[in-house]
Amino acid sequence: MKKGILLEVSGLSKRFGGVQALSNISFKVNRGDIFGIIGPNGSGKTTLVNCITGFIKSDEGKVVFRGKDITKLPPHKIANLGLTRTFQIMRPYYSLPAFKNLIIPLFSHRARKEGGWRGGGRLGDRKTVSLDILEDIGFERDSSVPYKLASSLPTGYLKRLELARCLSLRPELIICDEIFSGLSMSEIASMVPLIERLQMEGITLIMIEHRLRELFRVANRVMVLNFGVKLIEGLPEEVIEDERVKEAYFGSDTEVMEYA
Amino acid sequence: MKGSFRKERIDRGIKVRTEGIYAISSWREMGYLIIPRAMLIFGLLLSPVLIPSLYWQRVITYVCIYSLLAIGFDFLAHFVGLVSLGGAFFIGVGGYLGAYLNTYLNLPLYLTIPISSIVGAVICTLLLLPCLPLRGVYFAIITLMYPLIFMRLIEALDILGGTEGIFGVSSFPNQWVEQYFIILCTLFALFLLRRFVNIDVGLVFRAVKDNDQAVRASGINVTFVKATAVFIASLLGCLGGVTLVHIYMWAGMSLFALDFSIIPIAATVIGGGGTLVGAVIGTFILVPVSELLRELGTLRIVFYSLILTGFVIFKSEGIMNYAQRKYHQFERWVRV
Repeated sequence: MKKGILLEVSGLSKRFGGVQALSNISFKVNRGDIFGIIGPNGSGKTTLVNCITGFIKSDEGKVVFRGKDITKLPPHKIANLGLTRTFQIMRPYYSLPAFKNLIIPLFSHRARKEGGWRGGGRLGDRKTVSLDILEDIGFERDSSVPYKLASSLPTGYLKRLELARCLSLRPELIICDEIFSGLSMSEIASMVPLIERLQMEGITLIMIEHRLRELFRVANRVMVLNFGVKLIEGLPEEVIEDERVKEAYFGSDTEVMEYA
Repeated sequence: MKGSFRKERIDRGIKVRTEGIYAISSWREMGYLIIPRAMLIFGLLLSPVLIPSLYWQRVITYVCIYSLLAIGFDFLAHFVGLVSLGGAFFIGVGGYLGAYLNTYLNLPLYLTIPISSIVGAVICTLLLLPCLPLRGVYFAIITLMYPLIFMRLIEALDILGGTEGIFGVSSFPNQWVEQYFIILCTLFALFLLRRFVNIDVGLVFRAVKDNDQAVRASGINVTFVKATAVFIASLLGCLGGVTLVHIYMWAGMSLFALDFSIIPIAATVIGGGGTLVGAVIGTFILVPVSELLRELGTLRIVFYSLILTGFVIFKSEGIMNYAQRKYHQFERWVRV
């Protein structure tokens, strides 16, 4: 597997009216890593994802993916370069069955160029390819689940469907926006190995998370945001010990002492 | 013995898994599928022969032109998520283009029809391109504005015949060619588009309606998809427009009349949105009814509105959606 920097964000800023949602965020993601981004509510995590993937235009700063400046590119071009994302609030096509949901990304330039699922080659019958991907991500192939309307699937499957949409583009980098949120403990327990397996297969992941326990289990590096400012970046065990992180999450020590 | 029966309602199996199996399980099942389609196709094809009055033959022609607009509206609204009031715009652009090509450049009819349909559709698509990123009501407003703009431009600048219109457009060789041309166009448009929305590429269009953000994240250019859809709908509209001009043998500002925008919507509501064929059925009810009510003079619009209101209140899902629901959820008597 090739090593090196896959994604480099430098000096990214975004302002919504009077709110500075992101100020001067810089970080690098290495190929093959799982990079965690944490932070309290409203700290700008999802805005960061939107800026990187082109859904929101950033005010300043630069995003470089695979050595190519993607700052000004529209979302579909960024996705075709192999940088895909999931949505925090799932966005399946509710009126379509699960397997038909995956037929849409198979029409992208990237999916047609990169070919079929596993082992590459020509993109075969789209229905077969989408069923292959769904089976791979935990939809039982011989059951009726892949044929059910997305509107009738439970949250766990919808989260997997989000990931499946990314996978059908044969991505190099997936940004998972709170993939664990809203899942039951058992669903999370089955999702963690899936994430680890994707990493084993050479896909780089950025995980935006509230679930610190699961995130720290899988992440190689973690970055902490608070009020749109980068607090710290480092190994999970460094980050969790950092005073500023504790303060951002639990309030400062002095306040805790006063209330105690 | 009679009291020992009860009505049982059965849902047909999961459609995606059985696909066509139900359809060929018995003659009756086949009949359910074949007879409505055959009625539509043969009914339309035989209508010029069966209807003796020239007046009512003309009405059938108008029905077909409105059907083209209604199919386009239904496609844009229920499969791509763009509410278009552009019927008048499409008819006007196609019509004036056809009249111009025919009278100024002396192109024959069999060239003006394809050229004005395609070039007209390109013009409509280009003009609507700036508002394609918009969602919801904005697209509707812009499509409503364009015909008004064009009408006033023609009036104020006195171009393209001004308020008088363009006279001397050549007509179809005879009544039969005229009728069968537009009937075949309608049938092709209907069945091709129905096929189109159900094949894999059609899913991309439907996905844009469902969730355009997810389509963007899937690496697909949403604006391009929408533009293609607008092109298809305006192609149908411009085809209707240029045909109308050759029937009238005249192109005037009334081509931009609001009727062309509103009747397709009303027809889609009555026939059932999202079925395409419903739009055609709707025009088959609305346009002839509107002609019948002509005898009532001024009260016509009152009765017309009452009929529409009745449909909206009592069968708001539309005829086709009601029929399809009954088909998928059939009832039978079983012994208790």
